[in-house]
Formats: sequence, C-alpha cells, structure tokens
Amino acid sequence: MLPVERREEDFGDKLGYARAFAPALLDPDRAAPSSVSGPNGKAARKRYNVYRNNVTVSLINALAATFPATRRITGPDFFRAMARFHVRATPPTSPLLFEYGRDFPEFIERYEYARSMPWLADVSRIERAWLDAYHAADAEPLAPQALASIAAERLSDTVVTPHSATRIVRSCFPAVTIFAANRSDGPVGRIEATEPEDALVTRPHLAVIVRRLPAGGAVFLTCLIAGEPLGAAAAAALAKSPEFDLPANIAGMLAAGAFTAIHQGR
Amino acid sequence: MSARSIVSAAFVAAAVSTALASYAAAAPMTEAEAKAAVAAGKEKCYGVALKGQNDCAAGPGTTCQGTSTVDLQGNAWKFVRGGTCATLELPGGLKGSLAALTRNVPK
Repeated sequence: MLPVERREEDFGDKLGYARAFAPALLDPDRAAPSSVSGPNGKAARKRYNVYRNNVTVSLINALAATFPATRRITGPDFFRAMARFHVRATPPTSPLLFEYGRDFPEFIERYEYARSMPWLADVSRIERAWLDAYHAADAEPLAPQALASIAAERLSDTVVTPHSATRIVRSCFPAVTIFAANRSDGPVGRIEATEPEDALVTRPHLAVIVRRLPAGGAVFLTCLIAGEPLGAAAAAALAKSPEFDLPANIAGMLAAGAFTAIHQGR
Repeated sequence: MSARSIVSAAFVAAAVSTALASYAAAAPMTEAEAKAAVAAGKEKCYGVALKGQNDCAAGPGTTCQGTSTVDLQGNAWKFVRGGTCATLELPGGLKGSLAALTRNVPK
C-alpha cells in the first residue's frame, strides 16, 4: 500500500517544500507544516518534532564543539540552555557547520544569565578565532631571515602581509588565562588573574597556537595587519603603552607565524 | 595624534636586530600557557567533529524528547558542578560562582 503522507505538489517545487517545512523547525510554538501528515492524512506533530529535535540538537552540538572552554566554564546544562536560545534566535546562514557561531560571543555578552561571568564572551571570541585559524588557508610563515635581509634604514618603512589564520582578540579580562585553563582536559585550579589579556591566534603550520600578547602588542599587530609600516605601528603601540617592548614583540610575531610576507613601503 | 607619533629608523633597526638575535627565546608567552594552548590546538575531536558532523544527531533525535516542546526554562538554570566557573576570581567583586546566577531566575 502506498503511503498517503505526502502531497504531490510539495515535491514539484523542492525549494517551496523546504520553505514550507523549515520555518517551524526552530520555533516550537508554530504549528507543524501541513505537508507533514501521518497515515490517513492525520496531523503528525510528533513526526515533525523529530526534525525539530534533530536540527536543534545538532546545532547545539556544533556550538558545543566550537566552544569547549566556554562550555566547561558554564557546565554543560547551562551551555546547552544558552546555546538553544541562540540557535533559535540565530539559525545558521551557511550549510557549513564550522562557520556557525560567529554571533555567539555577541549573544553571550547580552545573555542575562551570563552577566556574572563578563569574561565569558571574550573566552568564546578566542574559541571562535581558534576555529577560524584552524580552517584558514595554509601559508608559509615569514622567515626571520626575510627581515634580516632588509637594509636597516628601510626597516621602519617595511610593510608585512598577515597570515590568513592570524586573529587578534582583545579583552578587558584575563581571557587568555581562562581560555588556556579550560581548553585542556586537565583539572582547573583556582585562577586569580587581574590583568586584561589580549590574545594572538595563529596557525603557522598545522597546529593552532593561542598566545597572550604583551603590553601594546595588540595595537602593534593590529596596525601591521591594517597595512601600516613597522615604524608607524611601533609608534602607535608606544603611544598606547609606554612599556611596549618592540624587540620582544617582533620576535614574538615571528615565532607565532603571524605574517607571511614582507614588502618595502613607499 | 600622540606626541610620540614617530619612532626613528635607527630605533626600529636596533629592535629588529635584537629581535632576530633573541628570536627563538623571546616569544611573549609563559611556558605553561603555551603548553595549554598547544594542547588545546591538538584536540583530536575538533577537526573530526566539525568536518564530519552531519545535520542529524541520531541518538537523541530518535526519541524526540526534550528539545522542541518541553518548557526549557525549567532546567535551563540548573547549573552543573562540573563547570570551572567557580574557580575564577576577578577583581571588583566578580566571582565565577554559578550559584550566584540563581538569583536572576524568574519564578
């Protein structure tokens, strides 16, 4: 016997079928689409709920996989509840799940039950940057010799090209320490951190590396990434942080593989 | 613009040569942090989960319980001791105690 669950017109237009099927997936208050029906044409809310559950659970799981430290800080139940609100309010726009969650840190920042954890959004920003770095195009990091080959008097006019994986996350909180402590499997001791921390996320080869930037480092690298020459970037960093250590920051950016190429400016 | 809008070419050149001399040792990060971060970067489940993850969570999906029609707020604010939030201590009276959050729960 042929099932009579599907109406023929629903299949003539696949996009139309999807448009009718999808809207209620993330909204439990909406009625199941009429195209979903049980034997003898009865409404099939329970059948549709299977799809609701699959979509919601898989998106929450995707966020949990992308934000493991955030999840560890809140505990799994809190995380899933928070993620569920976000999933329903902000469904993915790309079919690539690893692209999902870009708006999650913003959501966490506004999420009223996370207000007592003001650092949580920044930790999640580092995690999102981690995944961006992970999926960024491969590129060979700048070799220190390239910098050594430039004439001393031209160095301050030198411009560098950022690696496609390079990300900077600035925080008013010790976000890097909290991230690092919660990203691994080991036990988390008591964290007593007071300093704001900026993160540099890079992937010079296969492994993503998260570093804590020294004073002025974020300003320095942000300027360089924006295409400003070495001298101007150093000046901007010094203006913001008088303790900015240029040699240490240059060594750090080389070690991190934050850039791929070097050009002579003007 | 700030008063220190310009640094001399000699200053930059000296910094670069110092940086190159100390290149390997001067990474601005503590050893412990580096280890933790690299360990994080090597989490195997990551790439696998995100690449291979399809749009169906077969286990929970087959029961159809919990996610769609249940009133989520009931368990939304149930906190789990497994979280590490409580180990955080920050200035300004900000503590990572999840218990404090229960105050905000609407009854």
